[in-house]
Amino acid sequence: MSLRIVSSCVNCWACQPVCPSDAILQAPKHFVINDRKSTECEGSYDVPQCASICPIEGAITNAAGEAMNPPGSLTGIPPEMVAAAQAEIRAR
Amino acid sequence: MELTVLDSTDTQASGCSSSGCGSTDDQLAHLPDEIRDKVYNHPCYSEQAHHYFARMHVAVAPACNIQCHYCNRKYDCSNESRPGVVSELLTPDQAVKKTLAVAANIPQMTVLGIAGPGDPLANPERTFATFRMLSEQAPDIKLCVSTNGLALPESVDELAKHNIDHVTITINAVDPDVGAKIYPWIFWENKRIKGREAAAILIEQQQKGLQMLTERGILVKVNSVMIPGVNDEHLKEVSRIVKSKGAFLHNVMPLISEAEHGTFFGLMGQRGPEPEELQNLQDACAGDMNMMRHCRQCRADAVGLLGEDRGEEFTLDKIEAMEIDYEAAMVRRAEVHRSIEAELNQHAQAKPAAPTDIDPDARPVLMAIASQGGGVINQHFGHAHEFLIYEASPAGVRFISHRKTDNYCEGGDTCGDGESVLSRTIGTLSGCEAVLCSKIGYEPWDMLEAAGIKPNGEHAMERIEDAVAAVYREMWEAGALSAVDEQLVVA
Ligand code: SF4
Ligand code: SF4
Repeated sequence: MSLRIVSSCVNCWACQPVCPSDAILQAPKHFVINDRKSTECEGSYDVPQCASICPIEGAITNAAGEAMNPPGSLTGIPPEMVAAAQAEIRAR
Repeated sequence: MELTVLDSTDTQASGCSSSGCGSTDDQLAHLPDEIRDKVYNHPCYSEQAHHYFARMHVAVAPACNIQCHYCNRKYDCSNESRPGVVSELLTPDQAVKKTLAVAANIPQMTVLGIAGPGDPLANPERTFATFRMLSEQAPDIKLCVSTNGLALPESVDELAKHNIDHVTITINAVDPDVGAKIYPWIFWENKRIKGREAAAILIEQQQKGLQMLTERGILVKVNSVMIPGVNDEHLKEVSRIVKSKGAFLHNVMPLISEAEHGTFFGLMGQRGPEPEELQNLQDACAGDMNMMRHCRQCRADAVGLLGEDRGEEFTLDKIEAMEIDYEAAMVRRAEVHRSIEAELNQHAQAKPAAPTDIDPDARPVLMAIASQGGGVINQHFGHAHEFLIYEASPAGVRFISHRKTDNYCEGGDTCGDGESVLSRTIGTLSGCEAVLCSKIGYEPWDMLEAAGIKPNGEHAMERIEDAVAAVYREMWEAGALSAVDEQLVVA
C-alpha cells in the first residue's frame, strides 16, 4: 500500500497539481490518492511530491500508516517545545 | 494620546494634503503621467477612485507553494472577510462567466484580480487560462494578479504576453533571518525547504521578479504584512529597497491574527498592530513614495466597491441563469465610466476651504468620520462598521486610514452586549479628538466625551474635507490648537 491522504486533509489543493502521476483526486470529504496510479514518485523525484508540499501535519501517511509530516515538522516547533515558543511569541 | 507632527516636506510628498483625494492632488500625484493614466480608475490604487469604481476577485488558484505563519489553508468560510478566504472556487470557464456577469451588472467595475486563495502563479494553467479568455472577451477590464513571488521570475514573460499591467507582490522581508520567522517552509525545485534557506530563496525570487516586471514596464505594487516584534522595524528597509527597484506603491497592512482563524500566529498568540502603530509605520515608510491608506484587505472573492461585498448576487447558480450580452454591456460600461470621470474631474476642481490663515505652528488633529461613501458624512455613529481617519493641520486636510469596528447598534436583542462593543469602538478611535457623523445617540455621546473625543453631528451630508477643515477652524478659534503641546508630540 502506498501513500494515503487521511481525514485531517483540509482540501487545500496543493498536492494535486504537483503529482507526476495524476494520482490525486478531489473526493467528497477530502482529496484521495489513487493507489493504482501512484508511483510514490519513483523514477520522477527523490521524494513524494504530495507529502513535500502538503501543509498539514499528519494529513498524508505512508504504507506503515505513519505521518509523512509528523507533528512539529512543518511549523518547526517540536511538540514538547510549543509552550515555550508560545510564551516567546506572545511577548512580542 | 499620540499625534505625529506633519512637517511641510512630508505634506508635499504625501499628497492628499489640500484636497484630500482630488485627482489632481491625490496620493498618486507623485506618479509619472503614464502610471497615473493606468491607475486613475483602479479602486485599489486611488483613494478617490474607490468611491466610484468597483473591482472583483475570482478564486481560481487554490494551490500554494509556500507557507506563511499568518495563513490558514482552510479557507472555505462565508462569514469571514479577509484575504485568503473564499466560499466558491471556480474553474477558469466559470471565472470568465462570472466576470462577464458582474461587469455587465455592475458597470462601475473596472478591475478583475486573481489573488488566491493559494498563489496564482503556483497555478499557472488556471490563472493564465482565465486571463487569456478575459483579455479576448472583455478587453475593457483591467487584469491584476497578486503573488508571493516564488514562481514570479518564470512567469514574467507569460504575464507580459497577456498584457497584465498590475502585479502585487507580497514582500514581508528582505532579510532571510526575518523571513524565517514568517515563512516556515517553501516548496522549491520539487523539495520542501525549511527555515532560513527557504526564506533566502523566496526573497531572492521576489526581488528578481520585481526587477523583471519593472524592466518590462509592468506596474508593481508591494504588499507587506506588519507583524509586531517580527518585521515592523524591518519594513522601513523593505520599503526603501522596493521603491529603489521601481515598485510604484507600497501597501503596509496589519497582521490579522485572531486565534479563531486557526493560523500559526493566531494560535501562538502573536498580536496584530494597534491602529496607531500601523499609522506610524505607514508614515515612516511614506517618504518619496506614497502609501496606500485605504486598503480593506478584502476577501479573495469580493465583488463590488471597496468596503462592500456583493458576491452573494453572483453565485454560480445565479450567474448560470443570467443572459449576458457583453457587446451591449461594453457600450453601457463606457458611458458609465465617462460620466464617473467627469464627476471626478469636477471634484478635483472644487477645492475645499483650506484653513489658510491658521498659525502654521498649530498642531495637527486627527478626526474620525462615519461615512457610507461618496466622500460625505452620511452615517449614524452606531451604524458605522469603520471610521475614516482624517488629519487636519495648517497645511490642509488629508486622509490617513480607516479603522474597523464592530458596529454596536444592531438594534433589538443584541443591545445587551452594546456597552462593551461601544467601549471597544471608542478604543479603536484612540488618538482622534473628534468624531463626525450624521447622528449620534446620548449614550455614545457621553462615553466619547469621557474619552476625550468630541462627538459632532453638525456636518451631516457635507463633504468630508470641508467639514474637517471647518471643525479644525473652530478648534483654532476656541484656542485649542495654539501651540504644539510637548506631551503630544511623538519623537
Ligand atoms: S507519491 Fe507522488 S505519485 Fe503518488 S500521489 Fe503523491 S505525488 Fe502522486
Ligand atoms: S496538500 Fe495535504 S491538505 Fe492539501 S489537499 Fe493535499 S493532502 Fe489535503
